[in-house]
Amino acid sequence: MKSTILAGALFAFAAATSAHGQAIKLADVAELSGGGATVGTNWKNGIDLAIEEINAKGGVLGRKLEVTHADSQSNPGVARAQVQKALDAEPYVLLGPGYSGSVKVTAPLAAEAGIAQIMGGEAAELTQAGNKFLFRTSFGQQSSMPKVAKYIHDEMKAKTVAVVWVNNDFGRGGRDVIVKELDRLGSKVVADLSTEAGQADFAADVGKIKAANPDAVFVYLNEEESARILKELKRQGVTAPLMGETTLIGQKVIELAGDAANGARGHVGLTTDAPVDLIKAFRDKFSKKYNYVPDHNGLKGYLAVYMIKATTEKMGKVDSKAFADTLHGLTIKAADEPGILMDVTFDQNGDIDRQSFLVEVVEGKQVVKQVLPKLK
Amino acid sequence: MSNLFDLLVAGLATGAIYALVAVGFTLLWQTSQTINFAQGEFVMLPAFLMLAAMHVGAPFWLAIILGILLSMILLGLAFKLLLVDPMMRHGVLPLAIATMALAIGIKEAVKQFFSAEASSFPSIVPTGDISVLGHAVSLQSIGVLAVAILAVFGLTTLLNRTSLGHQMQAAAQNPTVARIIGVPVERMILLTFLINAFLVALASLLITPIYLAKFSSGEVLGQAAFIAAIVGGFNQVRGAIAGGLLIGVLDNLAAAYVSTQYRAAVPLIFLIVVILFRPQGLLGRAEERTV
Repeated sequence: MKSTILAGALFAFAAATSAHGQAIKLADVAELSGGGATVGTNWKNGIDLAIEEINAKGGVLGRKLEVTHADSQSNPGVARAQVQKALDAEPYVLLGPGYSGSVKVTAPLAAEAGIAQIMGGEAAELTQAGNKFLFRTSFGQQSSMPKVAKYIHDEMKAKTVAVVWVNNDFGRGGRDVIVKELDRLGSKVVADLSTEAGQADFAADVGKIKAANPDAVFVYLNEEESARILKELKRQGVTAPLMGETTLIGQKVIELAGDAANGARGHVGLTTDAPVDLIKAFRDKFSKKYNYVPDHNGLKGYLAVYMIKATTEKMGKVDSKAFADTLHGLTIKAADEPGILMDVTFDQNGDIDRQSFLVEVVEGKQVVKQVLPKLK
Repeated sequence: MSNLFDLLVAGLATGAIYALVAVGFTLLWQTSQTINFAQGEFVMLPAFLMLAAMHVGAPFWLAIILGILLSMILLGLAFKLLLVDPMMRHGVLPLAIATMALAIGIKEAVKQFFSAEASSFPSIVPTGDISVLGHAVSLQSIGVLAVAILAVFGLTTLLNRTSLGHQMQAAAQNPTVARIIGVPVERMILLTFLINAFLVALASLLITPIYLAKFSSGEVLGQAAFIAAIVGGFNQVRGAIAGGLLIGVLDNLAAAYVSTQYRAAVPLIFLIVVILFRPQGLLGRAEERTV
């Protein structure tokens, strides 16, 4: 009898210490190759940096974080297969993908598994489908595009606008919201041009913009294509002011487009040039580790991991099923969790609310022109 | 109408690149009945070789020379000796499949050793515009067009006006007879591979400043050049040139006047129409099948 009790106690102790010492497993599916390689590489590096920091300080609730990275090849079909594979390993939380199209096809899988998915997609529709397991790391288009349209109408005083967008879920979502908002404000869309992901030659598209002679051009393409169209706009001498979102004025775009990026303006939810001390510190740590300045996707990946840390510590336990419930409605203050970088609030749809920025590229650098407050 | 002029110039510049790449398809087909499905990756790789040279401190001009030389060794000499010659004895289909595998290998290697991200690449032509017939035309477009025309002119002069070119043509048209009359057929075939490698390195140098250096950039280019070669005539150098220019212009005009949304479909539709009515291509020669 004694020996049975002793064995039971030993077993319970072993189980407890094993659970305590066991790593918390995260799974990441990102665009590590293909058209979104810039997005995925920054996202992955941000995740790795955050995990390294957290583990160096003892982990989360005394347990280390571990992540597996899988390549979606920027292809929604591959992303779906990779997410299915990742979920089969029962991770605590799923990270990624970054492309809206890939998020759209993978979100139902994570929801079915009851595992929270913290992703980088910005398409408005993603969080409007009633999925209770999907969370953003950046603004959705339904939050950012009205701000952009207002800036084009009020600050740029543009009566006519050319809208050029990439023909995928990300581009279509942004295009639909901004065209509606511009129309509501009274700015007329005089050219509405769809382009292909991976498109190399923008001569004809820019020719159409030139012919439409708009007061402003709204550019909503992926990073590499943004760089190509900026060069072509400069080549063909388009002088109308350029406005975009994060993808137009990112660090990689500036590097690729060179002089052609100067003067472009954009609204960004996150930028490493933000006048925020914690973001500056992040930028320094990231640059030191990877030898380049990250774009907003590096920030997204980094704070996604800190979202997990803060939420788990709030719960006081590692519980996949309770994670999503806890994160809904949660406000995480940067004073309590510096890794979150700025105070954030998550609403019942998984959408994020925090400060954002209006930036302009000046002599090859992002310069923050305005800080926009939290919506609520 | 002024827009049409700009579109034509831009289309011709792009088309000239397609032509350079498409010529490679026809050269290899004529001399060794090889369809190289890694031709797009052959254009992508030299830019990375040049970038690698610059990373280790070589100035741009030296990087260009090193890039072209390395391309000729890797994509001309090694390609022929290590892949085409051993695979040739198994027939055209296994060889074509081997070139597809080579395309994947080159892409993955570049992704692994360099980066999956795009890199900028310096231009040999200065940026800016000049006035042509009252239109502002970019120096880059003119430069690309001029270098491509010079390269194609040099190639056709070599093939049609020199003894070496005549020997190459003889080796391509009838290797058995060429051997009897003393043409060093093997050497002529090797020369063709080296010329192809030189042309793709040149295309890489011209197009990468515009399209950016990226491991996957050969996919689109290889496909466009393949269509150009078929449209123009797979067995004629002049056909590949015409096909390249035609596809470049058509792509730009379709995007401007038909639909930007369906521009990628237009060259494919054109290809189907050409194959239906003229299977040998617009300037190609119908080939008799021996039975």
